[in-house]
Order: sequence, then structure tokens, then C-alpha cells
Amino acid sequence: MRGVTEGKMKIRTKDDLEKIKEKGLESLYPKTTKVSVGMATCGLSTGAGKVYEVLQNGVEKAKLPILLGQTGCIGFCQKEPVVDILEPGKPRVFYQGVTPGRSMELVQKWLDNKVVEDLLLCKMEREDWIVEGTTKDYTVRHLPGGIDGTPHYHQVPFYSKQLKIALRNCGFINPDLMDEYIARGGYFGLYQALLGMKPEEIIEMVKRSGLRGRGGAGFYTGSKWESCRRSKDDRKFVLCNADEGDPGAYMDRSVLEGDPHSVIEGMIIGAYAIGAHEGFIYVRNEYPLAIQKLRIAIHQAEEAGLLGENILGSGFSFHVDLFRGGGAFVCGESTALMASIEGKVGEPRAKHIHTTESGLWDKPSNLNNVETWNNVPVIITRGADWYSKIGTEGSKGTKVFSVVGKVNNTGLVEVPMGITLREIVYDIGGGIPDGKKFKAVQTGGPSGGCIPESLIDLPVDFDRLTEAGSMMGSGGMIVMDESTCMVDVAKYFMSFLKDESCGKCTSCREGTKRMHEILNEISEGRGKLEHLDLLEELGWVTAEASLCQLGGTAPNPVLSTIRYFRKEYEEHIVNKRCPAKVCQALLHHRILSNVCTSCGRCAKVCPAEAITGKQRTKKEKGKPFKIDPKKCIHCGMCFEACKFKAIEVE
Amino acid sequence: MENSEVDTIIKQYKGKESAILAILQDIQSKKKYLPKEILEQVSQKMQIPVTHIFRLATFYNALSIKPRGRHKIDVCLGTACHVRGGNKIIDKLKRDLGIPVGETTKDKRFTLESVRCVGCCSLGPVAVVDGDVYGRLTQDKIPALLKEFK
Amino acid sequence: MIPFVIDGQPVEGKEGGNVLEVALDAGIEIPHLCYHESVKSYGACRLCLVEVVRRGKSRMTTSCTYPVMEGIEVLTRTEKVLRARRMIIELILAMCPGDKLIQDMAKEMGVQEVRFKKEDKDCILCGLCGRVCDEVVGANAIQFAFRGDRREMIPPFQGEAMSCIACGACVIVCPVDVIRMKEEGDERTIVRWKRTLKMKQCKVCGNSFAPWFQLEKFKEKAKLPKDFFDVCYTCRT
Repeated sequence: MRGVTEGKMKIRTKDDLEKIKEKGLESLYPKTTKVSVGMATCGLSTGAGKVYEVLQNGVEKAKLPILLGQTGCIGFCQKEPVVDILEPGKPRVFYQGVTPGRSMELVQKWLDNKVVEDLLLCKMEREDWIVEGTTKDYTVRHLPGGIDGTPHYHQVPFYSKQLKIALRNCGFINPDLMDEYIARGGYFGLYQALLGMKPEEIIEMVKRSGLRGRGGAGFYTGSKWESCRRSKDDRKFVLCNADEGDPGAYMDRSVLEGDPHSVIEGMIIGAYAIGAHEGFIYVRNEYPLAIQKLRIAIHQAEEAGLLGENILGSGFSFHVDLFRGGGAFVCGESTALMASIEGKVGEPRAKHIHTTESGLWDKPSNLNNVETWNNVPVIITRGADWYSKIGTEGSKGTKVFSVVGKVNNTGLVEVPMGITLREIVYDIGGGIPDGKKFKAVQTGGPSGGCIPESLIDLPVDFDRLTEAGSMMGSGGMIVMDESTCMVDVAKYFMSFLKDESCGKCTSCREGTKRMHEILNEISEGRGKLEHLDLLEELGWVTAEASLCQLGGTAPNPVLSTIRYFRKEYEEHIVNKRCPAKVCQALLHHRILSNVCTSCGRCAKVCPAEAITGKQRTKKEKGKPFKIDPKKCIHCGMCFEACKFKAIEVE
Repeated sequence: MENSEVDTIIKQYKGKESAILAILQDIQSKKKYLPKEILEQVSQKMQIPVTHIFRLATFYNALSIKPRGRHKIDVCLGTACHVRGGNKIIDKLKRDLGIPVGETTKDKRFTLESVRCVGCCSLGPVAVVDGDVYGRLTQDKIPALLKEFK
Repeated sequence: MIPFVIDGQPVEGKEGGNVLEVALDAGIEIPHLCYHESVKSYGACRLCLVEVVRRGKSRMTTSCTYPVMEGIEVLTRTEKVLRARRMIIELILAMCPGDKLIQDMAKEMGVQEVRFKKEDKDCILCGLCGRVCDEVVGANAIQFAFRGDRREMIPPFQGEAMSCIACGACVIVCPVDVIRMKEEGDERTIVRWKRTLKMKQCKVCGNSFAPWFQLEKFKEKAKLPKDFFDVCYTCRT
């Protein structure tokens, strides 16, 4: 780990910051060619670790004039592992789907002033430095051979409509090097806030920016800070909710893995504005890499004097600690999170008295999501006016979404609020793969709902999504096509919620349990039409009578799917059919005797021994195989095994 | 686990009661689960009732009071993986290993668990075995996958 | 004393009190299961739901946890509240169809049928036994474990409740009477917690009057002399 701030220098003045910025710029844009590998979880899970190893060995062995670096996730997770090459005077190139076997090819070709065309993702000739509002131009003088025809980063459909504020540094800096964070404007916002602004001014600025919480509830951040500031207590806490529990959402994880300092800087500014001197970052236990990166970043900030006593000579002191979650979705709820930090189980408590008045250990506490904190430094440096020009009337700024599921370009996208779902799914997401038809997009995780095709032109905005029966939530966006069963989706979410409910409230514990039970009945062909009314009643009481928002929003997936896909439910109940061919108990697997080649593969893999027939041999023609419907468990193994498409599923 | 090892872990957190979750997690990462005797020790050393520790140990997914197998299989049941057929993978594993989710095979070779979102959604359906991610799974790939682990 | 209104009736509560206790004192019936004056309010059963109007806004909340506040208007029998209570008692009845108290309460609230698959549990998960054991007795012998629909009130490791002193407080406080205590010879058993303790005999009358273990704990906690419990209470007075 290189870096000036390794244990020696404390940052006391703006001059100190500028000096480190210079070092950081040298590190980001060295004179030697630099090859960076995306090493966030998405990259590592596709083999980026091996890619890096191969490059390291290759460069060392041949003593090549190459610097190797690591970065976080650049968002286009579908294309990982991503490797980029930067040489002064040339455009930066990004490669996709790089295998360990081909990594050295990229380097060797580059040294020959050529690109590997079939692995190219895009090229870049300038970088947006959003913290400072400037552009870093690469001053391109030479073009490597083969690069014509490669789109610019800004032309790639996945990236062209994005505006990266929260993801500003992800994929562009080495998260382990604080100098690089500072080089791109990091901690200058903190300097401006601590030494140039009063706490009330900061709160005013955040209020005017219109920033709303990015964790799901969407409270106006400025107002929350104000109410916490107003609480009279000499001990206050600022908390970061990094317990990203929505399945399918990993925005916060990418920020923590790729740009941990952005969250720390935001929290210090917030703490100063509120009057808190202690903070906690509550990170989900299932994010070991994020925990590691945060630990490194906190240590670096402490060594540099950006955390601790008398930060930047301002007289303000602030310490932050990491807290590892224990694996409980309910701990993402603010009072449950605080109970967890106190050493208790994550059971929420009543909020007649707001946590901004009495929260962690009964002290005034301000809890915000990772993305919310991360936006703060940019609001400080660019101003509330600039920020409030982005987005819609009720939803300012940008939002990071994880676009996953049945979509071509899966990954993390950051877009201005107000963009339509259609643009996200089709323009950015590249539409539905395999020529299938779009069916719905699920937003807001288990607290949200499914938005059907008829509403696909809905602008993404806190209030508009809530009106449609869903919610913004933390940003998970699961795209579904005709092969997704909405009854199954509702059942899936109910199964999750009944498992994750803390179990305290009768209405939530029993409500989610019974909703799941009924959905199971429907998916197994034992549904009755009265069940739909019963689901609505159960949904009502679960939401109205429960203490926290886990119960409060639990019915959303069920109620929204009934609202928009009632016919599909009725098909399951009345005709005992699953149109999407998902609900196993309602499927019929049949072998088409005129297509079957009697190879016998299906019978071999069938776990229920339900397939019989005469296998063909070199000498004899076989007889078509048959599935015994009484024994068949509808697992689909035969369907997967058959190479002749002889198995029909209905 | 030695008495002294437990002491060391507790000392690391200065014996703070609110650090109990971290303490249990550290013990778990060494022992792979939380044996009854150790929990009783922790209760005594930190003066926290056993009932409270047992409550924590059974509330949080990260903690297990049951011994684990040599290899841990975490099948991702996140929404994206589910929509791509994640439950078929879990069913196949349940059949092939002969155990329900949350249990360990008799020969102590595998423990089967489910996890909600590993964050590799573009690779779904995904299973994590001993910390390594296996993506783009189909039912027929499972037997070969299991063979890799003794 | 803090004045407010319940169902149009002016009432008063002391600072730090809750709406439910004020209502009950004033003779206003609000059904409840997990509330008991000897322990802190918890708000698990959700039966004591009421609508509270404060600063023009109305919200549904449990009255046992809602603090007494000046100027609030509490409504205990609105359409919404009654509908919620009916569903909740139906859910509890579906969980514990054999509990007489729940059957009676359900009948009273107009619940004719249970539309869900009946389970055969007896514990309604109100938590009173555990709370009394923790807060009043201080034995910490039983508590909730697991989560969601697997939540249970059990001794640690589902075995014998090793810190239980067989005082019987949980037996008394359980609203549905599913914790039984029996005495056979010189042994007392709290059946549900699988706890059997030998009783100590009085040196004077020879009767078994309390478990040895319990008395030892008291002596330890209150630093009493060794022979303090050799004679039973009756014989001492």
C-alpha cells in the first residue's frame, strides 16, 4: 500500500491537503502505463483475483514497464472482470470479461500499441470530477491500433444516461489509497465545512439541496439533522446504516468496497453539523470485503488526523467505529439497529419519541444510509443549487439502482431521479434477453412492489413509486419477464419476511406466516378465490397493527401483485395452471414421443425414477421414453438433460 | 476452545457488554459454531444471563448453535437468483445431500444453508462453497461440484 | 397529573404512565394479553390497539406503550381498531386453538370462525413469564429464543432451566395458564421448564415450604445468615 499518509503526516491545513492531492494525482495518472483490475466482490467472484495474479507474475517475470493497480466496481457487473489500461497521451481503454488466460495478451498488445478488439468495452478521453465540477482531460496524442470503432464511455448505452455522484470514484480509484480519494476532491468538502461554515449553515444547505434518505424511507435529510441538532444532550451519535438487507440490492456494498472514504467524510460533516462526536457504521456481516476496506479507510483517516481530536485544526473531534451485523434483515430498521449495537437482539421499539431525540443508549442519534452520507461532501462542494437542479420536484439528486434479473445488462446504475423505468430497463439495461417479453420490475425489495408494463413510463421518484403501490426502497430493481410467476414472487417475498420478522408482534409474525401459507396453497393448486380477499385482509392488519416497517410494508409485494396481476392468481386458483411455468406442483412434464431419440439421458438423471423406456443401442432402435406423472416431482432435471428439446413443460 | 482463548477474545473488546455480538462472532469464526459450554463460559465471565446469550445466538443468522460440516454450502436465495431458478438448485442439493436447509450431512461433510444475496446477481443462480463463489449453476452441474469437496 | 381524553371521557395520568393503565383504572375496557403492571410494557400481542389523535394526526398504536401526554384524544372502539383486534385474536386463536381464554376473547370480539390452518401451540408468545423472571424475580431462567415464526419462550438450549428457582411467578402471570407447577412428595416441578427442585423442610413443623436452590439463591443475593431459612415463615411468626 503506497501513500504519503502511511503513518506519518497529519493533515492540518489546506496546504497539507493540496500536497497530498498532488501525490494522489501522480498515483492516479502516473507517467508509466498503469493497468487496473476491478477487484470488488462482483469482479472477484468472476475471477478478477486470478487475473490480477497472472498479471502480477507476468509483469514481474518479464520486467515490463507496467504499474498494476486495483479498483472497485465500475458498475457494469455483467462484464466483469473489468481491466483498464491508462497511459499518458493515449485514451484509457476498458476491457470486459477478461479471463486469466488472456490477461497478459492485453498488456503485450498494448506495449505493441495495439488493443485486443474482441475484449474492448469502451474508451475514455476525459474524466468527470464531480466533486470539483471540472473535467480531467487525457490529452490524447496517439491512438493505439484497432481502437477505431470502440465507443466512448459516454456512448455506451449502459453508461450514457448515468450521472455518477455516489459512484463518482468507484472503479476510478484504488480504495486502499486515501491519496487518490483526496486527488479527486475528497476531504476538501470536509475542509470547507469545518473551517468555512457554521453547523447551522451546513444544515441549511442540506435542507435546500432537497436530499432525501437513500435507504428506503426517504426522509428529508436536512430536517432530520436539524431535529437531532435541536436535541439537547452533550452526547449524540451519528450512525451509518450499511446493513443493506434487500436481496438483490448491493449498491451500498459497492460504495463501501470502492470508495469507503466518501462515507467517512460525509459522516464527519454530518457529525459536525449535528454536534455529535461519536459515530458507528453498522455493516452487514455478509460483506467481509466492505468491512475490510472500511477498517483500512478508518485507520488511514485516523492516522491523517481526519478522524479523532481537533480535526483539521478546527477544534471539532469525532471518532467512528465499525459494528458488524449478525445477519438479520430487521436490523436495517433504525431502532432495531440501535438495539443491536447496544448488545441486544434486533427488536424494534416504539417511535413516539424519535431517535433524533432518544436513540442509541437513549441519546439523540441520527441514522442515515451509506448513499445518503456519501452524497453530502458533493453537496458541500457543489452547493445546494447545483444539487437541487438534478432530479424532480420531490426527489432531488441521483439514485443508485442495482438492475438485475431478466435483463441484458445487469449491474449498478446511477441516474438522475425522474428518469423513467423504461429508460432504465431498455436503454441502460439493454432490454430482456432471449427475446422474451417484459413483465414487471420489482422495486424496493421486500417492502416494495411490482410495477407492470402499463406503468413502465413511470418516472423514478419517491412519491410516484409509492403511489403505484411500490416504493423506491434502497434501490434494488429486479426485472422480470414472461417466465417469472408473480404468485411465486409474492410467495418468495413472504417466505423471506416471515423468516426475517423478529417475531415480537402477533400481527407481523402471524400475518406474514399466514400470507405465505396461503400463497403456498395457491402455488400448489389448492387455492380458493376467497384467498385473495383473505390475503388483502391479512395484508391490512399486518401493515396497520405492527410496530415497525418490516411488518408495515410486508404486504406490499402481495398486494401489488394482486393489484396488477390478478388474472395470473385466478389462473392458479381456478384452472390450477401456472402460465409462467414456474410453480412446480402445477407443471406437467411430458416427453414428445415424435422428438424423443431414446438416448435415455432423462431417465438417468430422474431422481424419482419416473421415466421409463427402451434406450437405443448401436444395434437396436429404442422406444420413446415416457414420464409417469404419478411419480414425477417436477424438478425439471430431465428438461435440463435433454439435448433434443423433447421434453415439454406445461 | 480453551478458557484462555475465550478470555483473550473478551479482553479484546474490553469486556464491554455491548460487544457481545462481536465476541460471539469471533468465537464462531474460530470454532465454526457456538458450543453450549463456551456460551456458558461467556455468560459467567461477562455476567450476562445465559438466556440472553442463547437468545442472541438463535436470533442472528451469522451465529449457529449447531456444529457445522467440513464444507459449508450457502445457496443464494436473493431475488435475482430466485428469478433465475435458485430454488431448483436448493431442491437439487437437498435431494442429493439428503438434508434440509440448515442441517449437516451425517458424515459431517456438508452443511447446507441459504443466504440472501451475495451480490453477484449477474452470475445467478449462485452458491458459495467454503467462501468461493460458483455461478451460473444448473441442476446438472451439482454432482460435479459436490465431488470437488472431500 | 397529565390530563387527556379517552372516548370522550376526561382522564388523568401520572408522568411516565401509559394510556392502557389509565384506561383500565378509569374502568374503560381495552383487551390485552401481554400487559402486566409488575413489568415494563412490551407491546407484543397488539390487542390493546387504540387510535390516538395528537396535533390533528391520528395513528393506530398499542395503548400499553403509548405514553401519557397532555391533550391527546384516545379512541378505543373505532371501526379500524375493532377490525384490527378481531383479526389479531383470530390469528392467536389459529395458533393456540385450545386456550380457553383466547376462545372466550375471540367469542366476545365476534370472531365466529378461524380461517387459517389451526396449529396446536399453547403459548401465545406474550413474553410475560420471561419478563417477570428477568425484571421482578431476577432469576433470568427463561427468555425468547429464535426469530420470526420460530420464536419460542424456552430455557437456554431447550433443556432444563438451570437458573430457575421454582418460585412460581411465571405460573401466576401467564394469561393462558399453560405453565404448570406441581408438588409431589418433597419435590416441586415447573413442568414447562423441566425444572424439578427438592424442597426444604422446616425444622419446626417439618413441612416442605420452598426449594433448597431458591433459598440458597436468596441467601446469596441478600447476604443472609446460613440458618436464616431453617424455620419456615409460618413457624417463625
